[in-house]
Amino acid sequence: MARFGMVIDTKKCVGCMDCVVACKTENNVPEGYNRDWIVTAANGKFPDIHLEIQTQRCNHCDYTPCVSCCPTGASHVEDFGKIVLVEHNKCIGCKACLAACPYDARFIHPDGYADKCTFCIHRVEKGELPACVSVCPTHCMYFGDLDDPNSEVSKLLASRKNHSLIPEAGTLPRIYYLT
Amino acid sequence: MNSISRRKFLKITGFSVGAAATVSALSPIINGSEKINKVKVKGIQKIPTYCDICFWKCGAIAYLKDGQLWKVEGHPNDPLSKGRLCPRGTGGVGAHYDPDRLRSPLIRTRERGEEKWKEVTWNEALDYIATKMNKIKTSYGPESVAFFSHGIGGNFLKHTLKAFGVNNISAPSYAQCRGPRDVGFELTFGDGVGSPERTDIENAKCLVLIGSHLGENMHNSQVQEFANAVQNDSTIIVVDPRFSVAASKAKYYLPIKPGTDIALLLAWMNVIVKEKLYDVDYVKKYGFGFEQFAAEISPFTAEWAYTETGIDVELIKTTARVMAMNKPATLIHPGRHVTWYGDDAQRSRAIALLNALLGSWGRKGGFFFPSSYSIPAYPYPEYPTTKKEKVDNPDNKYPFAIEEITTGIREATITGNPYPIKGWFVYATNLLHALPNEEETIRAIQNLDLMVVVDVIPSEIAGWADVVLPESVYLERYDDLHASSFKETFVGIRQPVVESPADQKPNWWIAKKLAGKLGLGNYYPWEHVEEYLDHRLKAAGLSLDQLKKEGIIRGEKQPLYIEDGIEPEFATPSGKIEFYSLQLSNAGFDPVPKYTKPEEPPAGYFRLLFGRSPVHSFSRTQSNRILMDMMNENEVWVNSDIANRYGLSNGMYVKLKNQDGVVSNKIKIKVTERIRTDCVYMVHGFGHNSKMLKGAYGKGASDAQLITKYKTDPIMGGTGMNVNFVTFELEV
Repeated sequence: MARFGMVIDTKKCVGCMDCVVACKTENNVPEGYNRDWIVTAANGKFPDIHLEIQTQRCNHCDYTPCVSCCPTGASHVEDFGKIVLVEHNKCIGCKACLAACPYDARFIHPDGYADKCTFCIHRVEKGELPACVSVCPTHCMYFGDLDDPNSEVSKLLASRKNHSLIPEAGTLPRIYYLT
Repeated sequence: MNSISRRKFLKITGFSVGAAATVSALSPIINGSEKINKVKVKGIQKIPTYCDICFWKCGAIAYLKDGQLWKVEGHPNDPLSKGRLCPRGTGGVGAHYDPDRLRSPLIRTRERGEEKWKEVTWNEALDYIATKMNKIKTSYGPESVAFFSHGIGGNFLKHTLKAFGVNNISAPSYAQCRGPRDVGFELTFGDGVGSPERTDIENAKCLVLIGSHLGENMHNSQVQEFANAVQNDSTIIVVDPRFSVAASKAKYYLPIKPGTDIALLLAWMNVIVKEKLYDVDYVKKYGFGFEQFAAEISPFTAEWAYTETGIDVELIKTTARVMAMNKPATLIHPGRHVTWYGDDAQRSRAIALLNALLGSWGRKGGFFFPSSYSIPAYPYPEYPTTKKEKVDNPDNKYPFAIEEITTGIREATITGNPYPIKGWFVYATNLLHALPNEEETIRAIQNLDLMVVVDVIPSEIAGWADVVLPESVYLERYDDLHASSFKETFVGIRQPVVESPADQKPNWWIAKKLAGKLGLGNYYPWEHVEEYLDHRLKAAGLSLDQLKKEGIIRGEKQPLYIEDGIEPEFATPSGKIEFYSLQLSNAGFDPVPKYTKPEEPPAGYFRLLFGRSPVHSFSRTQSNRILMDMMNENEVWVNSDIANRYGLSNGMYVKLKNQDGVVSNKIKIKVTERIRTDCVYMVHGFGHNSKMLKGAYGKGASDAQLITKYKTDPIMGGTGMNVNFVTFELEV
């Protein structure tokens, strides 16, 4: 069974937020909330600046504190692609998972449940790409099976310098940034 | 192999269109998707259309879920979007659902600008307008009504107004935006850059951006090609007082002092000519006046330019050599919004000349030869001949103006010279944010007998209208066919996807109804716009049915470059690329661009620069709730050292005061290393003060409000707007 992950080429990303907008419309994310977001980090002194723009979201970690802390089993790992999901009607909105997530990737939906990126499982099951990946005008986002050495994501990780976010949290995140 | 010049070819087709018959053959009305969602269809429906959140007109596919508008994606067959919209286009559904939209026609009940209205029927509104227009016609002549319009949606209103006898028709996209660029390139190559631009970014081996901030400025095809250029390891050179996103992708970043770009351009050309790095054969074959040009630029060394621009001598020389090394696939991008300092046509000409030296005009990785799908115009009756000259450029004051000057019409409205302008029609352009010096705009409006605004949202300019007409958003209406000149020919359709939520009407309906009220019904030989579209498409061997289904129809591939066998023609007086311009010198201008020092900011003041955000278009999208979630206010970028000196910290609010004492709305400080110490920067379009625009009201500050000063380009009438200085007011 696949283990889905995402590879994002920060060299190409311009931080336009199309991924954020596409997620909102695709998944009907309510006003005032986002499942993904852009972080821009500038280092250095003018004019010698280094800029890295990252599109961030749930890392669909291999080790999932958000799942182990969940008192009702709403937060779980799907067999399909090892995608981390929340079953809305099981969730009691206790916010334990919000506290457990090192990436601050979750929020409480106005309807009362914990919500976050689903890797657009409803699309991926049909063989489509997540909305954020499919819309990106710079083609800087890649999605696929990290366990398949022949997948585009695996090849990119093997050939390009990359990093993940907060690896020291030990959650084994599955989103990688090419630099 | 194509031996006919593309330009000539287009001119010929253009001519045959103009000479076409004037009698229309009516075709039956097609049952279109306008009715499609009266019955809610279960499940997913996909309807192709093209976007209107900016003017790029990307092909799109709108999705309905159980009859409700769900999302908009790029049309995979569209050469502009290539199946991927920009964030604004993706957020286009927010335009339909915007709770601040205009809902019904409004007539003013109090003083202009007080925003007090009564809701009226379309009949009442159009009767009111027609009566006033006829009065103006009787007292002053039809030329005393002017039309300001932006975007393809203005086509039908333009038709009605031309039929009425209106000849003063203008858009801020010329004198407040790309005009200087188009004039600078026309003077040099005899042809403009076009929109979408004819820049072959994706094949450029070296790409030079001067103040152009692709990635933040989200012109879709340009950004997609830019990302390809980055991926292909094209050498990117960025010249900008601000470390833009594009600068972060560049191999060479030149943090130039604002207003000194011409000095840099002269020095680059000086190095390239002195070191004989230019395309000698190309210049010899196509150039005119090269020797005189070379003599003119010989004093302007890199050492001289350093003192003006602050760019290191070696960096100037190295980048000049890198550009030459990659010729002719070196593209010095002409930019788009280039009305900066009042000598913008000459700066654009310098950019054109640098491209000419490197032989990039007409070459792969430079400027391609665009072509468009040939669709004959609808055979309307001829317009009445106007008796008076246009008012925008009296006595040819700006001798090389190639389009009408908005601010010229405004001036005539204020002064009454050369004749009074008594009516303004404004379509989809928020003149109070687009034109410099809003006080002048308001003064002009006070001289009017009739002021009509047609728009989807209650913009600031709508607040000053006598009559406001609410238009359907693009997802609810048909518009004219889209057949822009580009790398390949295509025709696209905009068609209604959902019903308008209230009493909004499509522009074609408004234009046709108004024509009826004015007794000009004969100018609309069609009943429904579908007949008009079908007629035009049939004349091109296509049909409306087919285009409604496919959304986009592509023509045959055309040759793009000189390398493909195109023999370039230059519509200049010499028939060549004019390195030395006799027509400029004959008119009293510099035949080769010259540098003038910019004015220095007064002590304690900073030059105000402004630009774009990828999630907003002009001042039109700030109330779109999806895009508002991405960015709901603008910030003023201030260099860290300056912030320290003034006690400014990230996130605190200040007001900005300009050199004339005008104070802005409050705006958030962004302390950053990404900008020089002599300027500040903000994104354009925020700081709304239209009370009806509830979601955007009072959020951020408006650069337009602070642009009280402008420098008019004597060559072409553009208004340079980066000539204002601001300081911080800490009490908010």
